[in-house]
Amino acid sequence: MRILLVDDSTTMRNIQKKILAGLGYSEIAEAGDGVQALAAFNAQRPDMMLVDWNMPNMDGLTLVKKVREVDKQVLLLMVTTEAEKTRVIDAIKAGVNNYLVKPFTPAVLSEKIEQTLAKRLAAAAS
Amino acid sequence: MRAQHVNPFIDSVKLVFETMLGTQVAIAKPRIKTDDQPSYDVTGIIALSGEAVGSVAVSFPMDTAIKCVEAFSGMPVEEPDDNFTDAIGELANMIAGNAKKDLENLKVNISVPTVIVGQGHRLGRHQLGPWIVLECTSPHGPFNLEMCVVEVAAAVAGGA
Repeated sequence: MRILLVDDSTTMRNIQKKILAGLGYSEIAEAGDGVQALAAFNAQRPDMMLVDWNMPNMDGLTLVKKVREVDKQVLLLMVTTEAEKTRVIDAIKAGVNNYLVKPFTPAVLSEKIEQTLAKRLAAAAS
Repeated sequence: MRAQHVNPFIDSVKLVFETMLGTQVAIAKPRIKTDDQPSYDVTGIIALSGEAVGSVAVSFPMDTAIKCVEAFSGMPVEEPDDNFTDAIGELANMIAGNAKKDLENLKVNISVPTVIVGQGHRLGRHQLGPWIVLECTSPHGPFNLEMCVVEVAAAVAGGA
């Protein structure tokens, strides 16, 4: 599975990368803002994207909308400090498959990724 | 700044440090910051906009900052480079972001973080309202959370 990490913090990308590597994922690419992420998405067509919300140049919500205009299949997990219900609803309306609020433990990120994959499998089976 | 706006920041700094650094934080009674008090050596700042405006700053002595970043990132810090300031900024981002969800239904946006590194620097504080300081103590050392949060509607009604 190809995963694209999108976060303007290199620290957060490194933390997420370490957790994903521990789960056995090795094809991991990174982007530091929405513009970079859109370019990486178009070039690599990942299977899953972990997307921060507040980033320079293009925020995560705009990125999600742009990705969903062209791809309904890629799994989108928003990973953000934006915790208000209205923000979660906005993100779901834009097309995210799942939502994780920072801060998080490795166990919680792992669980969210498994949940996201399970939703896709359930949708495919129905 | 209303007193009930302080509690979300107390809860948030405890949550962020416990979850991301695995440490407890003790926090002293809030006090108002006066102009002649410098911040510590490393400060991460987040600006607030929307129905409340202001800033949130997390300020560390260098030794505390290094230990916190090492605990947060899992990597040794040899010098305060871009990765170091990135980690400080992300801690500020998480503290401000988690606090704003509990600001009494105010719709507030947070900026991307700015980080200042310099011994005993002073923050040029805007005049929106008083700055509140929370003196924090962690196993990695002391640090301060400084904030000024002003509700726009209340400021307009008060002629500010």
